[in-house]
Amino acid sequence: MTSIRIQAGGKWSGYISRGKNIRMTAAGDRANLTTLLFQASDPSERYNMPDSLKAQHTAYLTSGHVLMSDQGRVLASIIDDTTGWHDTLSGYTTRRSTDRKYGVTTYQQERNDWYRSGYENLVVEMYRHRLTPRDLCTPVNFFSKVVCELDGTMRYESQPTAGTSITLRTEMELLLVVSNTPNPLDPEGRYPDSVIELTFSDAEPVKEDDRCLVHCEENRRAFENTWQAQSLLKGAY
Amino acid sequence: MSTSTFVATTSTREPATAIYDHIIPAGDGWIHDLAAGQVLRIVDLEGNQAVDTLFYATEDPGDHYSAIQTITGQQNLYLTTGSVLVAESGRELLQITADTCGRHDTIGGACSAQSNTVRYSHDTLPMHNCRDTFMLMLSSRPEFSKRDLAPNVNFFMNVPVTPEGKLTFADGVSGPGRYVELVALAPVTVLISNCPQLNNPCNAYNPTPAQVLIWEAEGSDSHV
Repeated sequence: MTSIRIQAGGKWSGYISRGKNIRMTAAGDRANLTTLLFQASDPSERYNMPDSLKAQHTAYLTSGHVLMSDQGRVLASIIDDTTGWHDTLSGYTTRRSTDRKYGVTTYQQERNDWYRSGYENLVVEMYRHRLTPRDLCTPVNFFSKVVCELDGTMRYESQPTAGTSITLRTEMELLLVVSNTPNPLDPEGRYPDSVIELTFSDAEPVKEDDRCLVHCEENRRAFENTWQAQSLLKGAY
Repeated sequence: MSTSTFVATTSTREPATAIYDHIIPAGDGWIHDLAAGQVLRIVDLEGNQAVDTLFYATEDPGDHYSAIQTITGQQNLYLTTGSVLVAESGRELLQITADTCGRHDTIGGACSAQSNTVRYSHDTLPMHNCRDTFMLMLSSRPEFSKRDLAPNVNFFMNVPVTPEGKLTFADGVSGPGRYVELVALAPVTVLISNCPQLNNPCNAYNPTPAQVLIWEAEGSDSHV
């Protein structure tokens, strides 16, 4: 088992093979892990918010749901979730929004306690893997709950996150990019301080009664698309 | 909690004074550069037609329209008069200045052959779709690639989200002749796919043409 500890304001990226469990655990409340997923060998295939939400008739993510790519395939499945609601609509913080909400901080003044932004964290970790700001797209904000009223008003709703966890099972070879930066709609003026730990382990094979596979017919067809592509490439590497 | 509201705002611009007037047939694409200050009107000629639209900063084509930066910035899921459409960098691209429909979607994305197989059935793979149109249009310009596809605006489309987090495709917010008007706040490249989707009610199961009109910036003497 491999673990990675991401401090508040921290970031991480890495390649992960198919068939792994990624368990994300928040140490404190108001945790928010802004997350992008790309296919490792062709990162132009990536998590697609609209395709994932339309297929599963949901505006948020929890256990049983899957994260789909723009190619109609499953990047990762949510096999376990003790948090309850993961936001898909609020995006990432920027330098401007961070300075405006939490006050201007700089490395020169605050050293490593300065407040990082989601945009800068994502761009740096993407650039490490030869992606540029043009590859930015809608992320998932794990651990955050954002509700839309009938008139469209978007509202951050506080949910306990301390000690909760969500487990993703990878269904393809992935590039994972994460930023432990605040949810843009979290109204509190104090920068969050929750550490988030990522624990990686080998996953059990997907069984016929897998909760993500049987969640809806749409998910089954997305798994079938994924397996078909993998069978066509079998033996290639 | 307030209830669902659709407020129509009209424009005083006359089609006769437009410098550009074009019909986009159902299932076709359109790519066009707007100068800062120019006004674009998109007309749903026959009603209930989804017009899938992407925007790029012409001076930095890698900076595409950001659905989430736009809705988070206004803290509201739906687009209508007053909405400022922003790019991933935070750059302001356009503002909606008139809207006789009252609500437009930006989280429903564009249909693709692959998402059709997931949503409906594997045998929908050959059907024409917006993502193919987007890719064909982008491929006509060397500055773009597939990486420039991002969640788009669906003008005249209604994708309501409930407070419980349910998401559905609903029909019936638009009608014949309804339009949306936008002013370019920067030089903007507009990419449209006039949606050919036949598997859900977003086009009332009958895709129809859309019209695009452009007016010169107020007080400007130049022409396209």
